[in-house]
Amino acid sequence: MTSPAGQNRNSFPHRNLLGISQLNQYEILDLIDRAEAMIPISRQERKILPTLAGKTQINLFFEPSTRTQSSFEIAGKRLGAQVTNMSVRTSSVAKGETLVDTATTLNAMQPDVIVVRHGAAGAVELLSQKVGCAVVNAGDGAHEHPTQALLDALTIRQHKGRLSGLTVAICGDIANSRVARSNLLLLGALQVRTRVVAPRTLLPRGIETLATEVFTDMHKGLEGADVVMMLRLQHERAAGRLIPSVREYYRFYGLDEEKLARAKPDAIVMHPGPMNRGVEIDPAIADGPRSVITHQVEMGVAVRMAVLDALLADPAAVSA
Amino acid sequence: MTRPLVITNARIVDPATDTDRRGALLIEDGVIAASSAGAAPGAPEGAEIVDARGLVLAPGLIDMRVFTGEPGHEYRETLASAAEAAAVGGVTSFVLMPDTLPIVDDGAIVDFIVRRAAATAKVNVLPAAAITRGLRGEEITEFGLLKEAGAACLTDGRQSIQTAGLMRAAMSYAANFDLLVAHHVADRSLAGDGVMNEGTLATISGLKGIPLEAETIPLARDLQLAALTGARYHAAQVSTAGSVDLLVGAKQRGTVSAGVSINNLALNENDVAPYRSFFKLSPPLRSEDDRQAMIEGLRTGTIDVIHSAHDPQDSEVKRQPFAEASEGAVGLETLLAAALRLVHSGDVPLMTVLRALTQRPAEILGLASGRLAKGAPADFVLIDPEFPWLVSEAGLRSRSRNTAFEGARMQGAVMHTFVAGRRVFSHAAAEGKGA
Repeated sequence: MTSPAGQNRNSFPHRNLLGISQLNQYEILDLIDRAEAMIPISRQERKILPTLAGKTQINLFFEPSTRTQSSFEIAGKRLGAQVTNMSVRTSSVAKGETLVDTATTLNAMQPDVIVVRHGAAGAVELLSQKVGCAVVNAGDGAHEHPTQALLDALTIRQHKGRLSGLTVAICGDIANSRVARSNLLLLGALQVRTRVVAPRTLLPRGIETLATEVFTDMHKGLEGADVVMMLRLQHERAAGRLIPSVREYYRFYGLDEEKLARAKPDAIVMHPGPMNRGVEIDPAIADGPRSVITHQVEMGVAVRMAVLDALLADPAAVSA
Repeated sequence: MTRPLVITNARIVDPATDTDRRGALLIEDGVIAASSAGAAPGAPEGAEIVDARGLVLAPGLIDMRVFTGEPGHEYRETLASAAEAAAVGGVTSFVLMPDTLPIVDDGAIVDFIVRRAAATAKVNVLPAAAITRGLRGEEITEFGLLKEAGAACLTDGRQSIQTAGLMRAAMSYAANFDLLVAHHVADRSLAGDGVMNEGTLATISGLKGIPLEAETIPLARDLQLAALTGARYHAAQVSTAGSVDLLVGAKQRGTVSAGVSINNLALNENDVAPYRSFFKLSPPLRSEDDRQAMIEGLRTGTIDVIHSAHDPQDSEVKRQPFAEASEGAVGLETLLAAALRLVHSGDVPLMTVLRALTQRPAEILGLASGRLAKGAPADFVLIDPEFPWLVSEAGLRSRSRNTAFEGARMQGAVMHTFVAGRRVFSHAAAEGKGA
């Protein structure tokens, strides 16, 4: 493994990371390789690779997310960037006004990168059109969450040694999930076999264009899978409308030992978090030996370091 | 007595009489006094002569669905600025939607609009009154008093009445006064928080979809209620192939009519991607198959009317994340040119397109205009059907610039617009040419 500093730097051909859909398979693999090379930095005592020294990173979160925001913050700091967190509480009436206004205001502060999470699909792209710096999508509505898909792919590769030839089952609230979309796009670009598993009410129209196979029976959907990726169910919103109850959902779509037994014996279990234990996943599995959920969190920092580094690092500064 | 006016050498296209011939038109005292084939009739002494060589003379367009901002949101559009835009687009009469502030649900407000339009608007403004108070879909308004005040028809504008019982009552009561009920059909429980056509594109974009059935289910309901009550019913704007099928059956049974927005004839859901909020419309832009069904419905007469769905919105509410942006686009100035695309593409004959813009809306609304008959109001346009131009939002007369045709190449433009024999617009390219 070459050190990050020895890699072909700054050849990443995009100003922003708005979605997996903008990347081809080589760019995806390049980012995963770069992320893998970042892993040791977080494991060493002196967790610093100051390729972004002197750069300003703003984390702009219109939706609260402790986990993703911290991950981006730690990633930026380990690369030596100055990181500022902004959580924007928005009223439902004037969200977009705040978005464009905030973009213009922040842009005037000369940041080098803005990491954005927003509740509306396309909002991060809209913001990127209003600023002069790099923009990273940390989740926009039910559209994309590209760093999550990259960290998931890296996690899978770390455990399986490869991506090609695997079967990945993504289970749960596909309709409202940006994690599902970004993962389907990424895995699809790498010709990984994908399955979506959900009740009809949580499957959006036309999902078969993104997934290899569509299942409403979870037992069949998990048959022979190498990876079982569970999604968070917004059960407060879904109950009574899209699913009758949490207990019925858990019975048919919650990951328990019986259903997991259909997957390959060495199948790994993933979850983007935060988990609803007892809603979409049996706590014993979430904390059990096949769960790689905490590993995903660790890979998250590596992926975000790699993305920030690919977008921002100045090649001249590295040799110093 | 105003000076008589003679339009000569025009290609006169009058759908009401299926006329398409070279001829001349004599206008006296704001009405059409005579129409003749071939050479000009003996012009009265002192008459103004307009040589319309190379131009189509057609009835002025009647637009059945126009929103403004007056009263209440004058920064978006006033009656005067909407009328200015209408004149540019060859629209000599438009039906004003009741979605203003205050809402047009009271005779006094109808009266205000009638007076205000007479004082400030250069084309005919026909106020529509709300079917329900406050457009809330709960209690019906005073149909009789509204009609007396001058309401042209009833509609809940952008809103759709959700319950069959109320719709039945409204239609029954409207039939008392022979008032047209024009209704935008959208089932809220199916449309939910959808923002574009349901399907693969919406799914890939992570946007919530509006299924076709959100339109066809309430339309089927309304068509049955129209048959039950005998009301004059106008499906204000249809967008799906299934709606056309429903209309075919219903039209055999009763007095129903249907309109389509020019947007659903000229554009489809692919124009939306990715997140172009200026294409966020209601009904949403549908698939190409649905667009083709709209064209076929127009061609066969199942769809009676083309309207602009002119809906001025300022950029504050349009330049937003797609799901949060307002719906609607301005359209008065591009209505005819966009409709002529269907003629140039060979999809629909000129006569049919003009019928849907003139004769049919006049018949549905019970207007004397919309035709070039002797005695009819002299509301007409001179069109150069080949004139090439580029839509640019900077060139629009409307106070709002939210056009869905920015940068579009158009073929065909209005050269002169006349209302009651008075010229209200002349194209820059026509200055000096008989103007």
